[in-house]
This record gives sequence, C-alpha cells and structure tokens, in this order.
Amino acid sequence: MYAKGLKSLSIASVVAVAAALALVFFYAPLDADQGFVQKIFYVHVPMAIVALFGFVAGGVMAIKHLRSGDRTWDMRSYVAIHLSIILGVGVLATGAIWAKASWGHWWVWDEPVLVSFLVVFLLYCVYYPLRFSIDDPERQARYSSVFAIAAGAFVPLNFAAVRMAESFTHPRVLSQTGGDLPAEMRLTFLACLLAMALLFVTLWKLELTSKNASMQLKRLRAKLLAEADARAAA
Amino acid sequence: MIGAAVAILRKDLRLELRTKESVPAMSLFTVTCFVLFHFGLDRDSLDGELAAGVLWVTLLLAAVIGVTRLFAAEREQGGIDGLLLAPVDRTALFLAKGTALFVFLLALELVALPSFGLLLLGPDLRDALPELLLVLLMADLGLAAVGALTAALAAEARARELIVPLLLLPLLVPLLIAASQASEPLLRVSPSTEDLGRWLGLLALYDVVFLLLSIAVFDYLLED
Amino acid sequence: MPALPLDEAGKYVAGAYVVFLTLIVVYVAIIGAKVARIDRELGELNELAGESGGQAGRSRPAEGPASPEEHGAGSPAEVSR
Repeated sequence: MYAKGLKSLSIASVVAVAAALALVFFYAPLDADQGFVQKIFYVHVPMAIVALFGFVAGGVMAIKHLRSGDRTWDMRSYVAIHLSIILGVGVLATGAIWAKASWGHWWVWDEPVLVSFLVVFLLYCVYYPLRFSIDDPERQARYSSVFAIAAGAFVPLNFAAVRMAESFTHPRVLSQTGGDLPAEMRLTFLACLLAMALLFVTLWKLELTSKNASMQLKRLRAKLLAEADARAAA
Repeated sequence: MIGAAVAILRKDLRLELRTKESVPAMSLFTVTCFVLFHFGLDRDSLDGELAAGVLWVTLLLAAVIGVTRLFAAEREQGGIDGLLLAPVDRTALFLAKGTALFVFLLALELVALPSFGLLLLGPDLRDALPELLLVLLMADLGLAAVGALTAALAAEARARELIVPLLLLPLLVPLLIAASQASEPLLRVSPSTEDLGRWLGLLALYDVVFLLLSIAVFDYLLED
Repeated sequence: MPALPLDEAGKYVAGAYVVFLTLIVVYVAIIGAKVARIDRELGELNELAGESGGQAGRSRPAEGPASPEEHGAGSPAEVSR
C-alpha cells in the first residue's frame, strides 16, 4: 500500500536534492556579511521547517487516529514524528556548526528558531519513553496520539513565546529567512526546501512500507504456525 | 457533568486536607529551593530578572511534584477503576483534577510568596502585589490544565515519576517565558507594569489553547 | 564577526552538509537492515509453507504491500518498533 509511488518519489527526491545542492554551490551568490558560512543556512533552515511541519503533521494524523480508531493513522503519525526527531538532531547539529562559524560559540541564545527548536526537541524526545513504557498496544497508540496532538499544538505556541522573549533580550539585526533575500538566494532556498520536503515524504513512505511489511509478516507467520500446529494435532 | 466534577473535586480536596500529602511537600520543596538558590547564586537579595526567574522556576518545579501526585490516590487504592466504571464523563474528571491542582497551587503560593519576600526578594513584595497576583492566577490556570493533562498521559506509563517532569517542563516553557517576563518589571526595586498586557496576553492564549485541547483530548485517556 | 576566510569557512560548511548526509545515510542503512530481516523471515516462512506440502492453498507469501487482500488498512495487531 505504501510502496506505490515510492520509486517515482525516490527518483524525484534524488533529482531535487542534486539540483538543490548544485544551486547552493554554483548559483547562489556569496553573502556579503557572512561569506561562505552562510551556505549552511540552505541545509539548516529547510531541515528545521520540514521537521516542524513533520511534528504538526504527526499531530494531525494523531487526530485522525483518535477519531477513526484506525491504527494505521497512529503508525503514520509515529513515523512522521520519528523522522522529525531525527531531522531535529540534524537541525541542532547544523545550527551549532553555524553558530560556531558565525559567532564563535557552539551555542547562542540569539536565534529564536534554534532556541525554540531545542525546547521542541526536548519535548519530543519524551515521545519514545512514553510510548514504549505502555505495554498494551491499543493504549500505547491512543496515548501516543494524545501526546502528538498536545505537542503539535505546543510547537507554534512555543515559537511565538520564544520569539517574543528573544526580541527583548536579543534584538534581531539579521533576518535569515525570507524577508530581504536577493532573488537568487530565495530561489535556491526554495529549491532546498522542496528537496528536503520530498526527501522527508520519501523516507516516511519508505519506513511505513518496511513497518507494514514487517507487521504482515508477523501475522502471516502466526497464521502459518497455527495451521502447522493444527495439522500436527490432527 | 458538573455535578460529577464537583463530587470528584470535593473528594480530592477532602483527601488532601486529611492526608496533607501534596501541598505541604510542594511548599517545603519551594522554601528549600529558595535556600538552595541563596547558596547557589551566593546572593542575599534578588530583584528584577533574577527574582522573577528564581521564583518561577521554583514554582514550576514544585508544580511537578503536585502533578506527579495528582492521580496517586486513585492508583494506590485502586480507585481509578471505580472512577472509570462509573458513567463519568472524562471531561468531568479533567475539570475536577484540574481544579484540584489549581487549588493546590494557590495554597502553595500562599506559602511561597511570603517566603520568597522574606528570604530572597529585595524590594517589598507588597508594592506590586495586585499585578503579581494576576500573573500568578493566569499562570496557575495554564499550569493546572497542562498539569492535569500530563498527569493523565503519564498515568499508565511504567516510569511515570520520570515521565512527568520530562513531559511537563518543556510544555511549560511558553508559560515560564510569559510569567517571568511579566513578573520581571514588577519585582524591580521600583516596580513598573511595562509590557504587562503583552505577556498576560500570551498567558491567556496559552491557557485557552491548553484548556480547550485538554478537554477535547481527555476522553481518550484513562479509558479501558 | 567578520566572515571567515574561505578555507576555514569551508570546513564548517562541509561539516554541516556531512551531518545532513550522514543522518540520511544512517537512516537508510537502518531501514535496509530491517528489510534484510524481513527478507530472511520471508525465507523461513517459505520453508514453513513448503513443509506443509502444498496444503496451504495460498500462493507464496507475497510482498506485503503489493498483495491487495493483505491490506494494512485494518487495525494492525501492534505497531512494531
């Protein structure tokens, strides 16, 4: 069910990533202030945006799960959140590298996006212990969905709050996303965003395919074993 | 539904009055925390930003204690099954537990604020008291809603004492930001109410979002 | 802070992109390992089905998602880790 379209999606992702990388290093102009270091922005920010959408999408899928009782939605929600957490590690790592290159410290509190990402990441890290400490599978799915919804609602609230706070203590001089980017940079950024989004959806489908297959395998095995037992008994 | 909520609330409040488990522990923890901060920061008196920060972080940490204990009574005496078997709307349960937590927090602050004023706060607490109380009330509302939700979420988890703080504290970051930013000008040597409206607005938004969310979602928890 | 000279900046930029690529590659590798395990289990199940000597009227355990009846859209028994 999930494998349909996976091949074309993968090809599209590879093409998009290659094109985006080419644009970043051969097309986009060098930033006047930050120089070459600014190129990190093309991988760091799209990762952050896609991860955040992944978290919110996970919440939406969780709503669908609770309303329909169909646990495939919970599986989809889990994979989306799981992928976003992995991207989150990448966001924090690339953010730290960018901070070190730009300001000389491995961490800065100036960037509201990075700071609120840290909080969001800390929150979603609890998803795993919460999920896997509940043994009953149906309950596990339900509680995970509740968490996904609360956390998904939390994400925008948190960003608003951190941004409000940071604008007091660290007035932002540079606007890194959108805003006054020259056209070439904006195009490159959009290409990177698209590539990252495609990549996310591809990996999401990939993991779902694998999980689905694994589950059906389990059921098949159980069936076959039961049949073998029945025949042995007969 | 309101009747059921009131009944559960009455039971919880009476239980707390009798056993005195949550509120004294939270209060003692708070005062101890203030002493820790005195030694940790090596300061005799705080004002402004530091005061707001110390006060709110301490209150949040004390709230974690209260949240962890919120469903403890039911768990320990097996009462949770009784609650669930009765035809009680989960929303009533949420309202009852949330209100109980709210009351516990108010009781806590009755101890915490004077202690803070006595031990650590430089300026006089009475100067900004009405505004400070408003901030506290609105923050307590959000704390109660998120706390009740977290308590229920962690209720079925095996390692719930660990999960509650890990889950609750990040969720409370926007509340902490709004509350401490609102309190900071109030706790200065010459208090002012600058930006109070803006931060109260954020608090109100937070409260509304989490109240509505918790009510919507609580039905799916603690089911059997 | 003034912009870093190109060679120094290059290291940081490379580092960032390497982090990104590493995450993707490690992730794909883990999924690959899972798929390998699925493949192995399919082999075992094949033997199991073969042992029953054609008794099982069904065809060989098909590739999960492709077979229409074995649809994952029902409620799965559990969500595997």
